[in-house]
Amino acid sequence: MSELPSNLKANPLLSRWISIDGPAQVTVHSGKVELGQGATTGIAAIAAAELGLRFDQISIAAASTIDAPDEGITAGSYSIEQGGSAMRWAAAAVREIFAGAAARQLGAPAEEIEVADGLFRRRGRNETVSYWQLRDAIDLERSALDLPAPALRGGSVDHEGLQRPDLPQKLSGAAFIQDMTRPGMLYGRVLRPAHPRQRLESFDVAAVQAMPGVVAVVRDGEFAGVVAERDELAAKAVAVAARTAVWRTETLPADDGRNGWIDGVVPKSSTTFIADETAPGPIARRHAARYTRPYLAHASIGPSCAVAEWTDGRLKVWSHTQGIYPLKRQLARVFGLDASAVDVTHAHGSGCYGHNGADDVALDAALLARAVCAPVMCLWSRADELSWSPFGAAMRMQISAGLDPSGRIAEWSYDVWSPPHLARPGIGDGINLLAARSLQSPHASSADTDAARPQGGGDRNSVPLYTLGRRTLTHHLLHQGPLRSSAMRTLGGHGNIFAIESFMDELALLAGRDPVAFRLDHLDDQRGRAVIEAASAAASWDASDPGGEGRGRGIGFARYKNLAAYFACVATVEVSDKVRLLTVHAAIDAGEVIHRDGLINQVEGGIVQAASWTLKEAARWTPDGFAARSWADYPILSFSETPVIETIVLAPAGERPLGAGECAAGPVAAAIANAVAHALGVRVRDMPLTPDRIAAAIHALSEETT
Amino acid sequence: MDEANESAVALTVNGRAVSVTAGADTPLLAVLRQDLHLKGSRIGCSEGYCGACTVLLDGNPVQSCAMPLEAAAGRAVTTIEGVASTAAGEAVRQAFIAEQAAQCGYCTNGIIMTVTGLMSRQPATSRADIIAVLDERNLCRCGSHARVLRALDRAMATLAGGRA
Ligand code: FES
Ligand code: FES
Repeated sequence: MSELPSNLKANPLLSRWISIDGPAQVTVHSGKVELGQGATTGIAAIAAAELGLRFDQISIAAASTIDAPDEGITAGSYSIEQGGSAMRWAAAAVREIFAGAAARQLGAPAEEIEVADGLFRRRGRNETVSYWQLRDAIDLERSALDLPAPALRGGSVDHEGLQRPDLPQKLSGAAFIQDMTRPGMLYGRVLRPAHPRQRLESFDVAAVQAMPGVVAVVRDGEFAGVVAERDELAAKAVAVAARTAVWRTETLPADDGRNGWIDGVVPKSSTTFIADETAPGPIARRHAARYTRPYLAHASIGPSCAVAEWTDGRLKVWSHTQGIYPLKRQLARVFGLDASAVDVTHAHGSGCYGHNGADDVALDAALLARAVCAPVMCLWSRADELSWSPFGAAMRMQISAGLDPSGRIAEWSYDVWSPPHLARPGIGDGINLLAARSLQSPHASSADTDAARPQGGGDRNSVPLYTLGRRTLTHHLLHQGPLRSSAMRTLGGHGNIFAIESFMDELALLAGRDPVAFRLDHLDDQRGRAVIEAASAAASWDASDPGGEGRGRGIGFARYKNLAAYFACVATVEVSDKVRLLTVHAAIDAGEVIHRDGLINQVEGGIVQAASWTLKEAARWTPDGFAARSWADYPILSFSETPVIETIVLAPAGERPLGAGECAAGPVAAAIANAVAHALGVRVRDMPLTPDRIAAAIHALSEETT
Repeated sequence: MDEANESAVALTVNGRAVSVTAGADTPLLAVLRQDLHLKGSRIGCSEGYCGACTVLLDGNPVQSCAMPLEAAAGRAVTTIEGVASTAAGEAVRQAFIAEQAAQCGYCTNGIIMTVTGLMSRQPATSRADIIAVLDERNLCRCGSHARVLRALDRAMATLAGGRA
C-alpha cells in the first residue's frame, strides 16, 4: 500500500489518531465505533503491530467528535478495510517519528533501530528508550500529508489468545450506554403511535403530569414525551399518555405476506444498469421465477438509548450511533446551532446490525433534556424498538434466464423492486431523525434515495459473479412503503443473493447438473471457486445425493458487494412440519486476517442471524398497526435451533483485508432454501420459510402428483 | 412520589443485606440498576421475554424485570456482579470469556445467570434441559448461539473436572 488511505487524508493530524499516554499506555482514537462486532479490537491490533506494542499496551478511546477523526459511518464491513488501513498508516508514521528520536537519543543510525513492547533499541544492544520517555519531546500535531509514506510493517498482533478487550467489563457490570449516569440525570420516554401512519392529536396531559415521579410532560408539535425521576416511572407515565391518546390514522395497503403491495405502486425510478447486448446463441430452455423478502426488524436486544445534556446553549450527546459526525451535524441543524456547539460521544450499545433507532433516540433525548434543563437519558420501549427503528427494506426479485443446448446460461434478466435501503442521518439534504418531522417547526426527511453502485442498496449483490451471457439488470427504487426502511446488515444483499443463488439451483436442475458443478461451470473468479470448493469439501458434498425424504443439502455463494469477502456455505436441513437447520459448513476468504477469532465470530453470528431472518422473521402489519410490538410477536432463532457450524478461513497470501461482517447473510439464506428444495422436491421462494409455507409447498406438490 | 405506596424492603444482594425504599411494585431490575447501581443486569424488553435482566433469586434464575421488589423481600439475589463468588458462577463466566461467547455482549450476562443457576442445582441440570430453558428465557440477536453452547460445554467440563 503506497497511497495515503482516504480516511487519513481527510483527517491528517496524527494526534487525532494516536496519543502516547503515561505511564505505559498508548491510546488509539479510531473514528470507527464498536458495535459489538469487534471492529475496534482489530483496529487496535493493527495499531499495536505498527507501533511495536503488545496488545495490552493499547487502549481504545471512545470515539467522540471532540477528538476522534471523522470516519463517517461505521458500516458496510468497511471498518477494517478503511478504518484499519488509515490507522495502520498513522501508527506507522508515529512509529517512524519516535524511531528517529530514539536513534538520536541512542546515538544509533535510524536503520538499526528496532521496537518491541514499546521499547526502542539499537539492534543487538540492551540500552532502550520507550515511547513514554520520548513523548514530551515529540509533537504529534503533524499532518500525515507532510510526511513521507512510512514503511508499513503489516500484519497485526493477532495470536491464538487475542481476546476482545471490552468483554470482561461487559460480562461483569456497567458497560453500555443504558448503564450511564450523569449528575442530576433524569429519565425520558417518548409517546409513539402503534401504527406507522398515525399522528398525535391529543392526550390527557394532566393525568400524565399527575403520575408519580413525573418531572415534565413535553410536547412539541406531534412529538410528545415524559421526563421522570426514574425510568420505570417515565415508562408508566407514557403508558397513561398512550391510553388516553387520540390519533389521526391513514390507512395502509394490505399486507399479504408476499409484498403484494408493490403491485400498486409506481417506482420512483427504474434504472437498467447493465444492458449487455451480446447476442445469445440458441436458447434451448427458458425459466423464470419470482422471490420475495419481507421487511425485517433490526430488533436489537438493548432498546435504543441516548443521554443528552445542555450547558449554556451547547449540546452534548452520548449515543450508540454508527456515525458520530453525521449525527452531530443533524442535531445542530434541528436546533439551529452551529455544528461546533454540538458534540457526540460514542457509547457502547447492543448490536445494531445497521441503522436502528440509535440516532432517532438521540434527538428524542435532546428534545427532552432541553425542556427540563437537566441531563436526560431517553430509552425506547421494546415496542418502540420493534416498530419505530427503521426496518430492513422489503424486496421483490424477478429473474428469467435461458439455457443454451449445452445447459449453459446464455441469457439472464433480473429485476429488483425495493424501497430505500439507505435513509441514514446525513444521507441527502433532509433531517433523517424520526422526531424531526413531528416538531412544531418540522424538518422534512431526505428525498427517497438509495446507496449508489457499485456497492448499491436494493441492487446490492444483484450482479452475480457468474458468466451469464446476455444480461439485463434493472433496479426499481420504490418510495418509502408501508414501513420506514433504512440500512440493515447487507442492505439488498440478503434478498438478491437469496434469489440469485436459489435460481442457480433451479437452473442446475433444469440443466441436469449438480448445483456445485453448475456454479463452477459459470465461475472464472479463482477466489470464488476456492470458497465454493472448500465449503463443499468440508461438507463432503455428494453430487449423487438424491435428497428427498425430508433431508436435503444446499449451497450458497457470493462475494459481498462484489468487492468484499468471498463466502460460500453448505447447509443441511431436516424438514418435517418445519425446517430444522442441522449444519452449516462455511468457507470465507477475507484476504489478510487481522483478528482470526473475531472474523470467525462475525461469520458464526452472521450465519445464525441469517438463519433467523430466513426461517422465522417478517415485520408485518395489520389495519390496526404494527403486528409485532413485543418479542412474542417477532420470534428469532433460539438456542436449540442453532446449527452446528464449521468455518474454514482461506487467507491467500498477499491479499489486503476485506470486509467480512456481512458476507454470510445472502449465501446462508440461499443455502437453506436450496437444502429445503433438495429435501422436499419443491421450492419455497418467499422468505421466511415458515411451517405454513412448507406445508403449502408440500400440499401443492401432492396436488401436482395426484 | 406517592409516599403511601412506598415501604422499606429488606433483601440480600450478592451476600450483602440491603434495605430499599421504593414502590412495592417497582421491578427488581429497576431497584438493582438505579438504587443499588448494579448495572450488569441489563434492561432489554422489560416484559419477561429476552432474559437480559436475569438474576438468581435464592439460586434460581428469574427475570428481574418481571419481578416486583416485594416478591424479593427477605430473599437472596445474586447478580452478575456477585456471580463469580461461587464455583459454578466463576466457571461459567470464565468459560464465556475463554470461548469469546459474545458479540455485543448485551444478552450475555442474562445467559450466564441462567446457566449458572441451572448448573448449580443438585443434581445438576442436563445440557439438553439447560438449552431448553435458554430457549424459553433468553434471546440473543447477534447470533452468539454457537459460542454460547460451546461455553456451556466448557463450563460443564470445568465443573465436572472437580472444581465444584
Ligand atoms: S428485560 Fe427482563 S426479560 Fe427482557
Ligand atoms: S451478543 Fe449481542 S445480543 Fe447476544
